[in-house]
Amino acid sequence: MKFMLLQSYGGVPEGVPPMSEWTPEEIEAHIDFQKDLNAELRERGELVEAQALTAPQLAKFVVSDGSGAPLVTDGPFPESKELLAGYRMIDVDSPERAIEIAARGSAAPGPGGRPIKQTIEVREVMGAIEH
Amino acid sequence: MAPAVRPGRVEDLLREAAPRALAALVRRFGDFADADDAVQEAMIEAARQWPAEGPPENPTGWLVHVASRRMTDRARSEAARRAREQAVAAEPVPPLPPLPAAEPGDDTLLLMFMCCHPALSPASAVALTLRAVGGLTTAEIATAFLVPEATMAQRISRAKKTVQESPEPFRMPAASERAERLRAVLRAIYLIFNEGYAASAGADLARVDLSAEAIRLARIVRLALPREPETAGLLALMLLTDARRPARTGERGELVPLEEQDRELWDRQLIEEGRTILATALARGAVGEYQLQAAIAAEHAKARRAEETDWREILALYGLLEKVAPSPPVALNRAIAAAMAEGPEAGLAQLAELGEELEGNHRLHSARAHLLERTGDVDGAVREYERAAALTRSLPERDYLTKRAARLRRG
Repeated sequence: MKFMLLQSYGGVPEGVPPMSEWTPEEIEAHIDFQKDLNAELRERGELVEAQALTAPQLAKFVVSDGSGAPLVTDGPFPESKELLAGYRMIDVDSPERAIEIAARGSAAPGPGGRPIKQTIEVREVMGAIEH
Repeated sequence: MAPAVRPGRVEDLLREAAPRALAALVRRFGDFADADDAVQEAMIEAARQWPAEGPPENPTGWLVHVASRRMTDRARSEAARRAREQAVAAEPVPPLPPLPAAEPGDDTLLLMFMCCHPALSPASAVALTLRAVGGLTTAEIATAFLVPEATMAQRISRAKKTVQESPEPFRMPAASERAERLRAVLRAIYLIFNEGYAASAGADLARVDLSAEAIRLARIVRLALPREPETAGLLALMLLTDARRPARTGERGELVPLEEQDRELWDRQLIEEGRTILATALARGAVGEYQLQAAIAAEHAKARRAEETDWREILALYGLLEKVAPSPPVALNRAIAAAMAEGPEAGLAQLAELGEELEGNHRLHSARAHLLERTGDVDGAVREYERAAALTRSLPERDYLTKRAARLRRG
């Protein structure tokens, strides 16, 4: 069964400073953690895809009524915390395993090496046929 | 039972034989799109038979034979269908006039020129080139570009259709169009190289090595056009750039900028080859953008340590490049070279002039950040590094810029 593990810019508790205030070592440790987790999931045959998205500054919102020119809104957006930062798609044997992987991702290290307790949204991907 | 052929051997044989078979069929039948479909089917057949039975004596001939049979069968059933529908006698398959006889290397050029058709987007031309000339399977190309195989198959088939429906069908371009078409071919090869070079930072081992593939294609084109200096220039540029690959990423796949690379890791053999090819091309006297870029790469390769780089020479080369092929990225690089040769203030002054054209481009902000850092303006540099990090579309680059800003902030 496939799951999307989604991570937005918000979803970290109050008091965790943004990455632009971390030390280089803390940033490095965080990046390495994410890479290691991906490598481990790939090794276990569970990783479908892991992607980081470009920054909110490059985001655009598009609305169209289907006929005229679409309405395109550029950033920066006041609610950029709601924007997606990245995702992992995993293919695992059970929902429990998806939760386990999400929990690992949530505890990624931040300032002082402490887990940042990032909220991970876990969404099962719909299949073609119920089985 | 052990396979009769070592693993990978069949792929290698096919990669070499398939483009030749395709060219032969295009000559015989005149229809690129149908010939390509038939060769793909023959390759699937080969991938099934050859590993167990051993490859045929003449792999190209085998593919031509199997694919022609399919094409003839298809033409017959098509004719039969028409006959049933129209109740007319089945027409014989009309023989098509063969294309002019092949000279060595002509086949590759023919296919390359066809794939880099002016009606195609660069992405489509690249996909078609990798398949028709590079002999890669659709699955391999799909993996290389990280899209599903069905998507890539569709992109290729739509590309073929676009060309068939364009006013100018698949054929060898007239002599007057060849220079322009060759530029398109070189551009496609360079795109393939850059895609591979950028991806190599991701350390995704499952992907086909597109950089190596681009170098292989450039070698083939150069064999076909040995006197064409820009083809040689492109090949030299790619060899000299690829030589740095072992040094450009750290243990964890992180980006290492040119001035911090361990130059002992650079591949001296590739550098030597690139320099030799470049020297021969430059001697022909028709300088072009790829030769100039290769000359700049060769200057970097010459310096055993970053401090030994001859920035005045590089600045002069960028000046020439700006005359031959002016573009905002070239102007940006020239400003960086000016900063290295004449001091950061000179570079910043040049960047200021570029501001409007490149505003919002992460490279502009990244260059400005580096130069501000050298002038001692820490706040300005941090601001520009962060701006660049927010604008880049490359993850390793974003990581690098974010860390660089953090290091400066700490002081």
